[in-house]
Amino acid sequence: MLPIGGCQMNQTKNWDWNTAEKIVSLKEWGDEANWVEDFQISGDGEQVAAIVNIGPEEFSVRTGNGQWDTSFDKIWNLRFLLDGRLAAFVSIDGEWTVAVDDNPWENRFEYVWNLVSSQDGAHIAAAFQADRKYGMVQDDAPWEQTYYNISEMAMSPDGSHTAASVQTVSLNEGEIGKFAAGVFTAALNGKAWNRNFTNVWKVAFHPSRESIAAEIRLGRSDYTIAVDGIPWNRNYNAVWEPCYDPATGAVTAPVRIGSAWYLAENGDILWDRGFVQLWHHLFSPDSRKIAAVVATDFGKWTIAVDGKPWRVNFDELVMDPVFSPDSQKLAAIVKNRGQWSIAVDGKVWDSHFDMTWKPVFSPDSQFAAVAVESEGGYTFALNGRIWNDRYQAVRDPVFSPSGDKMLLRYIHDGRYFRKVISTGDFPS
Amino acid sequence: MTEPVVKTDGHPENPQESPIKDEGLEAGVANLSGDRIEKVIHQILKDETAARFKAYIETCVHCGLCSNACHFYLSNDKNPAFSPAGKVKQTIWEMMKRKGRVAPDSIRRMSEIAHTECNLCKRCSMYCPFGIDIAYMMLVVRRICHKLEVTPLYIQDTVNSHSATMNQMWVKEDEWVDTLQWQEEDAREEIPDIRIPLEKEGAEIMYSVIAPEPKFQAELIYQAAILMKTAGVDWTMPATPGWDNSDMAMYTGDNEIMGRLKRKHFETAMRLRVKKIVMGECGHAFRSVYDMGNRWLGWRMPPVRIVHAIEFYYDLLKAGKIKIKKKYQEPVTLHDPCNVSRGGGLHEKARYVVNAICENFTEMHPNREHNYCCAAGGGVINCGPPYKLNRMRGNRVKADQIADTKAKIVIAPCHNCHSGLEDISRHYKLDVEIKFLINILYEVMEKPSQE
Repeated sequence: MLPIGGCQMNQTKNWDWNTAEKIVSLKEWGDEANWVEDFQISGDGEQVAAIVNIGPEEFSVRTGNGQWDTSFDKIWNLRFLLDGRLAAFVSIDGEWTVAVDDNPWENRFEYVWNLVSSQDGAHIAAAFQADRKYGMVQDDAPWEQTYYNISEMAMSPDGSHTAASVQTVSLNEGEIGKFAAGVFTAALNGKAWNRNFTNVWKVAFHPSRESIAAEIRLGRSDYTIAVDGIPWNRNYNAVWEPCYDPATGAVTAPVRIGSAWYLAENGDILWDRGFVQLWHHLFSPDSRKIAAVVATDFGKWTIAVDGKPWRVNFDELVMDPVFSPDSQKLAAIVKNRGQWSIAVDGKVWDSHFDMTWKPVFSPDSQFAAVAVESEGGYTFALNGRIWNDRYQAVRDPVFSPSGDKMLLRYIHDGRYFRKVISTGDFPS
Repeated sequence: MTEPVVKTDGHPENPQESPIKDEGLEAGVANLSGDRIEKVIHQILKDETAARFKAYIETCVHCGLCSNACHFYLSNDKNPAFSPAGKVKQTIWEMMKRKGRVAPDSIRRMSEIAHTECNLCKRCSMYCPFGIDIAYMMLVVRRICHKLEVTPLYIQDTVNSHSATMNQMWVKEDEWVDTLQWQEEDAREEIPDIRIPLEKEGAEIMYSVIAPEPKFQAELIYQAAILMKTAGVDWTMPATPGWDNSDMAMYTGDNEIMGRLKRKHFETAMRLRVKKIVMGECGHAFRSVYDMGNRWLGWRMPPVRIVHAIEFYYDLLKAGKIKIKKKYQEPVTLHDPCNVSRGGGLHEKARYVVNAICENFTEMHPNREHNYCCAAGGGVINCGPPYKLNRMRGNRVKADQIADTKAKIVIAPCHNCHSGLEDISRHYKLDVEIKFLINILYEVMEKPSQE
């Protein structure tokens, strides 16, 4: 679904970093509607919104500025975009579309789902189904070509392109030969690659060019990566999601040879050490490092940077690795013996949590902060130090451009709070 | 009990020559060569089996004690070809004895034996003096057949669906969400403010189901929603692929697709930051998330706690979060699904639940971890109509078990068991109705609107 957590520095510089606290009472929202659902908070913390039921099959959106003028048969997937706009899937007389800030798109469909967004939130797209054919609609412009099915929807970072795995040929029950021969491919802006495959998964965009890569399966046991429809010249036992090197445009992906996973680049092995598992690989902001979640042995999870695993490992899981802006640090969520925590460069915070969200680095890379669940409530942690208070709901913390302040967004006791604190306010 | 079907119809008198037509097997065999068969058998035995397989092969003393554990053997007049050891002898031992030089037609028959005459129920392991896991041996055969592309058509089609849609019944992404919203709307007729919360990040529970529920048993999602609301559970369901916990790829030896499905399932739960996954009443799905799929991916245990519906209902009843208005009065018996009883140890909790909601419960015998399989599990029912008659004949003992209880209702907390027992009931004219626990629970519990 839509990534809401991360904010780029150029997006945060115009935010209000001076007002210590802003509060919105939410109690009357419930009083004025039959029920309220799915509270959402904008990235800058200035807005809060929720879906409200105001009558039989009559829903609208309530914000701090009041209720949308329009009501709908049904609303779901209410989300703030990274530019502060508010989007949702809405049903009007049984037809579905996307509404942005109370303005439904002109195009209507039998169904819409899976909202994707550009990095700045200025462009959005969704999958649609109309007359049993499937496509994507980008900023209210549907693909001209539609397909028998669609999945793995993606949008380019700048929002100029959309892509997905599509089914180009109809398939009836039991047609296993036809399936193996290939009825799936990838489509970029609605235009399908000129070759089909048995399966196509995980479409990835080049960071700046009109190019996509995807996992493909050729027959029942052969897997590889295809870039703009052209498979690598080697097949593997399995592959995971590809990723473009932002500096060179090379495509990298985890590949399985025998029973071990390796990282490959353009079809050649890049990391010569094999792992029991290797996935979620990512490039550092300067493109000089690659990190991945790996299992060095059965049940031993850690992070590998440029093929070298951390010396510490975790028995349950490692997830959501993130590089610091200066590319020098890496933080990830770790879970060991039932306890959640954060590890930075292999050093685990002393504090443990009931749940953690994805860590966020300060612009100067000195701090890592995270929303956590702890001691029966939700709160925040900074470099392992835990905020004193517990709340009913929180969103990811955001650092100010200078890195010395943090925006905390939370809901508690029927009120929404936007609080700006100094990083020094965290208890030591 | 007498069997109402002519004995010879569709039955392999000579197990080496199957009369059953299966396009998946026929097409696969047509593409086989001796070299390919030999290469694949060697590759699987060398690269993918280890000390466990070797120990089983070298430990078995051919005593035959496993035979009386097998419903196929017992129900087929103790034909040794249907005994667990007999099935191993006809398949993996033959491959090893011939050093992989096996004829294509033999591969066809081996695939049929491994996929349709063994439910991987592991009852035989309990009778083996050495605890040899014959189900594992059959899975090795299925893995070889997968690599040779000799897999029964219907189950292969299901695996194809898994790979393309991440669910087993070709349910498209819009159909999934639309079905949940439709069930939510229907449930609001009963409880006006009820919700099926989609994509609720940080919920306590992600509720997962198998694809037949949105496809044609949507009332089970409705009933689960009523249960969640009544018990005050903080729950959610994903709006993305990853909602289906089932895994027929596990049963065709397509480990790569099995792993892909389980990764999607667990990562969906991890993305939603839930504490646990509560799964509906399914047995094989439990095995796939609790034992096989998670381990193929490198996790010793599931990365997100898995709670089967039986345990979930038990916890709710034990904690008093669900109260029973009046117990169910019809005489019931309980079928123990292999994967959650023998495989998951939930049989006593199942009995607690049944006794809490039913007035008139009679055990079938044998029961608990010794209960007989439904003959549908292990992917056998998913091999489809060509094998249905053999499946019915392969489980006369289950029909006898049920008939002896005199129950009118058989509770089967597993989808495959549920469907398989419906077939058994019709075939042997048992005149019993098969129910899930949730069907009865929904009927007898106090609901918010009735308090």
